[in-house]
Amino acid sequence: MTAGVVTIAYLVAGVLFIRSLGGLSKQETAGTGNLFGMIGMAIAVVVTAVVWSGGGTSTFTVGPMALGLLAGAVALGAVIGAYLAQRVEMTGMPELVAVLHSFVGLAAVLVGISSYLSPHGEGTPEALLVDTGAAARVVHLVEIGIGVAVGAVTFTGSIVAWAKLRGSLSGKPLLLPGRHLLNLVMAVAIVLSLIPLIQETDPYAGLPWLLGMTALASLLGVHLVMAIGGADMPVVVSLLNSYSGWAAAAAGFVLSNDLLIVTGALVGASGTILSIIMCRAMNRSILNVVFGGFGTESGAVATSGAQTGEMREIISDEVAERLRTAREVVIVPGYGMAVARAQGAVNQLCRALRERGARVRFAIHPVAGRLPGHMNVLLAEAGVPYDLVLEMEHINQDFEKTDVVLVIGANDIVNPGALDDPSSPIYGMPVLEVWKSKLVVVSKRGKGAGYAGVENPLFFLDCTRMLYGDAGKSMDALVSAVRKS
Amino acid sequence: MRIGVPEESLPSERRVAVTPASVKKLRELGHEVVIEHGAGHHSGIEDEDYAAAGASIVSRAEAFGAEMVLKVRPPTIEETKRFREGAILVALIQLERMPELGDALNEKKVSAIALERVPRISRAQKMDVLSSMANAAGYRAVIAAAEHYQGFFGPQVTAAGSMPPVKVLVIGAGVAGLAAIAAAKALGGEVRAFDTRAAAREQVESLGASFLEVDFQESGEGGGGYAKEMSKEFIEAEMRLFKKQADDVSIVITTALVPGKKAPTLLPRDVAECFKPGSVIVDMAAEQGGNCALTLPGEVITHQGITVVGYTDLASRMARSSSRFFAANVAALVGEMGAGEAFKIDLESDVIRPALVTHGGELLPPPPRKEPSPGEGAKRTTKPPPAHAKPKQAQITSPTRRAWGTTLAGTLLISVLFVLGRFAPGDFLQHFTVFILACFVGWQVIWSVSPALHTPLMSVTNAISGIIVVGGMLQIGSDLDLPSILGALAVLFAAINVAGGFLVTQRMLRMFRRDTSSSDTGGHR
Repeated sequence: MTAGVVTIAYLVAGVLFIRSLGGLSKQETAGTGNLFGMIGMAIAVVVTAVVWSGGGTSTFTVGPMALGLLAGAVALGAVIGAYLAQRVEMTGMPELVAVLHSFVGLAAVLVGISSYLSPHGEGTPEALLVDTGAAARVVHLVEIGIGVAVGAVTFTGSIVAWAKLRGSLSGKPLLLPGRHLLNLVMAVAIVLSLIPLIQETDPYAGLPWLLGMTALASLLGVHLVMAIGGADMPVVVSLLNSYSGWAAAAAGFVLSNDLLIVTGALVGASGTILSIIMCRAMNRSILNVVFGGFGTESGAVATSGAQTGEMREIISDEVAERLRTAREVVIVPGYGMAVARAQGAVNQLCRALRERGARVRFAIHPVAGRLPGHMNVLLAEAGVPYDLVLEMEHINQDFEKTDVVLVIGANDIVNPGALDDPSSPIYGMPVLEVWKSKLVVVSKRGKGAGYAGVENPLFFLDCTRMLYGDAGKSMDALVSAVRKS
Repeated sequence: MRIGVPEESLPSERRVAVTPASVKKLRELGHEVVIEHGAGHHSGIEDEDYAAAGASIVSRAEAFGAEMVLKVRPPTIEETKRFREGAILVALIQLERMPELGDALNEKKVSAIALERVPRISRAQKMDVLSSMANAAGYRAVIAAAEHYQGFFGPQVTAAGSMPPVKVLVIGAGVAGLAAIAAAKALGGEVRAFDTRAAAREQVESLGASFLEVDFQESGEGGGGYAKEMSKEFIEAEMRLFKKQADDVSIVITTALVPGKKAPTLLPRDVAECFKPGSVIVDMAAEQGGNCALTLPGEVITHQGITVVGYTDLASRMARSSSRFFAANVAALVGEMGAGEAFKIDLESDVIRPALVTHGGELLPPPPRKEPSPGEGAKRTTKPPPAHAKPKQAQITSPTRRAWGTTLAGTLLISVLFVLGRFAPGDFLQHFTVFILACFVGWQVIWSVSPALHTPLMSVTNAISGIIVVGGMLQIGSDLDLPSILGALAVLFAAINVAGGFLVTQRMLRMFRRDTSSSDTGGHR
């Protein structure tokens, strides 16, 4: 197989990846898009394997040992991956995504170190490091450095994010004194450790420097994500998504492999855009999210806007009665629905109401849940048709015509204080304007502030009633009460 | 505690103090409920309904003999003799109308909680029977008007001719007035309303009625959401307004009350007589003496062709609904006194104490009134943001600073690129070009991804970033040395990503389905 054929194969794979992402613009084409991605991946892997095994222009042929190693690694990885994909519950998607990010980061680190020790990769013949100009060697080492550092930050950052999402680590931000300085020192140290790396000509002598740099970057990753609060996890996960892309791209530079570069750039762009969307939805800058330590002053905040009036309770029978006569119902799900695993019951309720002739729709805030688009997946899993699920900007103007809004386990995304209370910590964040409807029923586990620790004036409004209790049980009770009559 | 509910003895009273729903609530609070046979009959609630909710049906004597008695109307003197010593009574008591009732209650050391005295503070809103009954009465007043008016409310356009909407004037835009406005609007009438309190304007207009004004400046804000009495000049201006309206409107609903006093006469005989024959005046203040000089409490009279409705039992005339609200209010009040063992009459409570009129054999003077600020009295302090409120995007940087920043960063970036171009090897630059172009392609493609598919997007990017598997493969050499092992590990992890990412995406995407009404049971019947 000639180099030209390999190039074309990589080009085809790259185009298929772009088509794959493009396919996700609509639900109808999304499945095809995923298929394109798989085909692209298959082409890339097969062609690379052929080249690698000596079928191409490569200078060495592999022994059975290497072949076994490769086959074993691929098979084992595929089995583990398939197992994870089958087993994961949709509420656990954020954790899975985070852990997959960490694998990309880890792989980038491994590839970087391996390449430093023994530059086998095609297009980077060993001669390059020895013969060609110093500039090329410096560039190559810097590439390795960047690849390893970004990979390490992605790896440990994702592990911490995973632990926070699972609840193994507290969602509260860990704020060390002088943490900005600490980050800066670590970043500078990482850059400085490139210098001895470049000066050392023997790879094995330079290895400690590279490993030290990896350790520093790992520490930086841990520290960066530890300082971010649980409510900001959608942004963190998006950000790590983009890092994992940049790590792959850096590995592509290291190996002079255009397909890796293209794919890494696509993924990096995707993660960046998701982060931007999330930040806009919270009206905060990305720097504020990453370095802000949001939610730390929550104690003070909750008391400062002392709310007057009272929360009025409602029982499920009464809610059911209102729902039975309602023509327009909007359901606003939040992370609490995922926690209570109430999506199935919510779907039952939606069906029961639609059988009665009501129009039921779902309103999704961009940062609802712990992952961009998380709520959509949960509702889809429960069987809610996706054309009933609307984004914030498409449904916000419809609340005035709505009879009943059911808020399930959401809090900050329906906080009217974001619009009119400059003292609110979430002032300026676009929110779902549920209070314009005739009745808002808030299903909530108990009295208390939201994830960001912000008091919600919505609960005190005239049109609001509180339905206390586990969301799943409340929804089940509503379904049976609505169906009863 | 055993709670008794007797049937109301006043013949015109159709309401009842508990419903099956409130029985459930009372039982949850740890009380036993006994109800006189037939007590809910006129509200459409039969004994079986109560029994199903867990109440026992008992004789009249037994209902009155309970530890706590819930009623709608005040007991008669004769009825007080049936109370047990030290019983608790919750009802509309209105001692000022029947002072001798106080002595009768004290004789039995009854602790009487007067529902009409429950203070109008936010916390006590759910116990405010005056508001819920006024709401029912306001609605019913419009129905009474329609009945006697004998005509369409809404505009008619038919082959037999057309008819404009009836013009309705509502005087006093309190709870009852607002309910009347809403009901009259709903029937299709053209509604205008008058109130001396400026705060009422917004509420009137929010219901789609027009707000009338007199050509005289004076605020009528009194305590507790009521209006105060106005000056002579103001009243003269008001009379001029009403006389002018008399030519135009066909239906008048008056709702003006001053707490503890006789209702103000808003339509003296000469003003009332100005209305067109065939007009209907519904005087909701009839029980307190009436807002109209022609009113005969409890009667419907016709004077010079003008019908004056003086019903004093409007809420009771829609007992089915008003009993429900009344019972809910009463149950909330009982709940306020504590559940189970914690139940007590708390003389310190800012809700119970003002309502307690007799206790331990003595009349209790009303406590010093702590009126909330005028006007806003009964209203809640938390308000929704104005309809036009828009999220104010935080000024992360000022536009000028931002523009400068962008320009500076752009220049810097381009300079770096040029330096890179000058010194970096050509091989690198070629890859770099590919990289930058791919970034832009990705940027364009990803923005069009539907937000609903952001989670699949993340998992698919997870999968394709597993392309690093290719890098790992290339690092596996012929020998089993460290680089090869590292490469193999990279392949392992990347392969997890590839398989896991694609498969979970596929699993997710399969879940997304369109609303196919055929499979969705009865989606469009």
